[in-house]
Amino acid sequence: MRDPRRLRLVGLALGLLALLLAPFLVDALLGRAWVRVLDLVLLYAMLALGLNIVVGYAGLLDLGFVAFFAVGAYLYALCASPHFGLHLPFWLLLPAAALLAAGVGVLLGAPTLRLRGDYLAIVTLGFGEIIRIFLNNLNAPVNLTNGPQGITMIRPIEIAGVSMARPVELAGLTVPSLHLYYYLFLGFAALALVVSSRLEDSRIGRAWIAIREDEVAARACGVNTRDLKLLAFALGASFGGVAGALYASFQGFVSPESFGLTESVMILCMVVLGGMGHVRGVVLGAALLVALPEALRYTGPLQRALLGSVYIEPSDLRLLLFGLALVLVARWRPAGLWPSPVRRRELAERHAPGGPESAQ
Amino acid sequence: MLGSIYALVALGYTMVYGILGLINFAHGEVVMVGALVAITAIGVLGPATGLPGPLLLLVALGVSVLACMLLGALLERVAYRPLREAPRLTALITAIGMSIVIQNLAMLAWGRQYLSFPALLPNEPMILLGATVTGTQLIIVALTALAMVVLMGLVNRTRLGRAMRATAQSPALASLMGVNVDRIVVVTFLVGSALAALAGVMVAGYYGQAHYHMGFMLGLKAFTAAVLGGIGNIPGAMVGGLALGVIESLGAGYIGALTGGFLGSHYQDVFAFAVLVLVLVFRPSGLLGERVADRA
Repeated sequence: MRDPRRLRLVGLALGLLALLLAPFLVDALLGRAWVRVLDLVLLYAMLALGLNIVVGYAGLLDLGFVAFFAVGAYLYALCASPHFGLHLPFWLLLPAAALLAAGVGVLLGAPTLRLRGDYLAIVTLGFGEIIRIFLNNLNAPVNLTNGPQGITMIRPIEIAGVSMARPVELAGLTVPSLHLYYYLFLGFAALALVVSSRLEDSRIGRAWIAIREDEVAARACGVNTRDLKLLAFALGASFGGVAGALYASFQGFVSPESFGLTESVMILCMVVLGGMGHVRGVVLGAALLVALPEALRYTGPLQRALLGSVYIEPSDLRLLLFGLALVLVARWRPAGLWPSPVRRRELAERHAPGGPESAQ
Repeated sequence: MLGSIYALVALGYTMVYGILGLINFAHGEVVMVGALVAITAIGVLGPATGLPGPLLLLVALGVSVLACMLLGALLERVAYRPLREAPRLTALITAIGMSIVIQNLAMLAWGRQYLSFPALLPNEPMILLGATVTGTQLIIVALTALAMVVLMGLVNRTRLGRAMRATAQSPALASLMGVNVDRIVVVTFLVGSALAALAGVMVAGYYGQAHYHMGFMLGLKAFTAAVLGGIGNIPGAMVGGLALGVIESLGAGYIGALTGGFLGSHYQDVFAFAVLVLVLVFRPSGLLGERVADRA
């Protein structure tokens, strides 16, 4: 009885140690650029967990999730850069970003959520594009967003007077800026993970899953479907807003270019590929899809070696592969690469009568 | 002008939606493929055969219609048919995935640049009833009207049309009555794609250019038009398309004056979206729709 538990504790401790040492190991083995990739994996994991609440739990298709990411990023950029001469503190801007994104989510969700999910998909798709048009054009006559040039010189995050942009000396060990961001993002991603998995087991989480499975039945059982869908939407959006604020300070630069449809699709892909409604699967999806473009870079030299010249730019392949992944996963593995145990059981039951997938 | 193009594309959305209850996200991309195929056909056939302009355009249109019908049928067979019984979310994800795949394949095939559409029709402006119009514009309107009359006839007057309407009401019952539902669905995709090809050629002719990314916004606007008119409703799609075209042009023209120069005509694309949200808030069943949109 005690042994497995202790084993689990040891495993957990080892995992934690590995996570803490990861940036140093990666830095030593693969180079500084991959530490950056690691940072981005954590950031996107946060985003994907946010979208997972909307798509995975409540079963609402949001195709413009990047809009909330943009809202958070621009809020931080405007309030912590020389653009307006504002330098509000990080701890104030972070909740503000979450609140603002959630507010926008409610505004967008309220008219569409009482209708069928399809409308939400198309409205969010449109909104994702529209927000980019606004960011691009709100530089005249009053310069709000600085248009296509974007906002530069965004102040890095400062915690307890320590700026994250400069290396920190700690007990004789130099911790570079990228490593500092890694730990910050690790903290937030862990928070997102805990919140997500606790939600899944909560009353609210079960109500969401009921809505996803059968909205009419859920309503008949006394679930307030409209409010709960709105809550899922707002909560997911607030994750996006926080991730956006972190992203702005991490990059030191935001421009409308970074918030296109590609990003929305990529985040959706992470959720679908990893396993809708399964927290660990979603994190796996984020790790896979952030690393993929980096790995695709090697196909350029490979093409040259095998075929003599580069026929297809590796960066052109990225979106194509995302699209293919969505179609193939939806067709062959609707529960994702790493499905949640509950979901897998449900799908097995659904296919059970005479189907080849019948589990029992 | 734009309105009639929106109307043509909206018909494709509305027909598929009426029969399958599925938003075919990839429909806008079919329009894009139609435009690009026509440009290629003109580029290849023009020098080879030396046909005069209008005839060449007609041939290119035919090629593009065939290509799009093939694409539409393929889309239905490969992506949507296996998922007809699957949860709605899965079908939506597949649809958006297919749209991305088609768009990127087109980018690989035709490149990232804008392709120019040769002016094959007389384009001198003329005065008609006090308005200045060009030949291209007149032809667009005339062709749209013709396509719609043919479509209405097909749906309301033929055996095939009756089978389509039956399938839209209840696929199960229709199949009991001896309708081959799979065939009807394919036919719907074929007709929708043919209209999309027509719209694609028109929009390329109208702007004089086309590129791989044009399908996205066009698809979004056409969908708005379909919702505005009442989704699943064929006359609704026409009315919605024309109305949206007018709203957009007037809106883009007057927004500067209305807001004291604060917002300019580069917000044109925002109008369709605003219309979509407003319709969904106040009249989700659309202008001509009688069916409730909240069918679970």
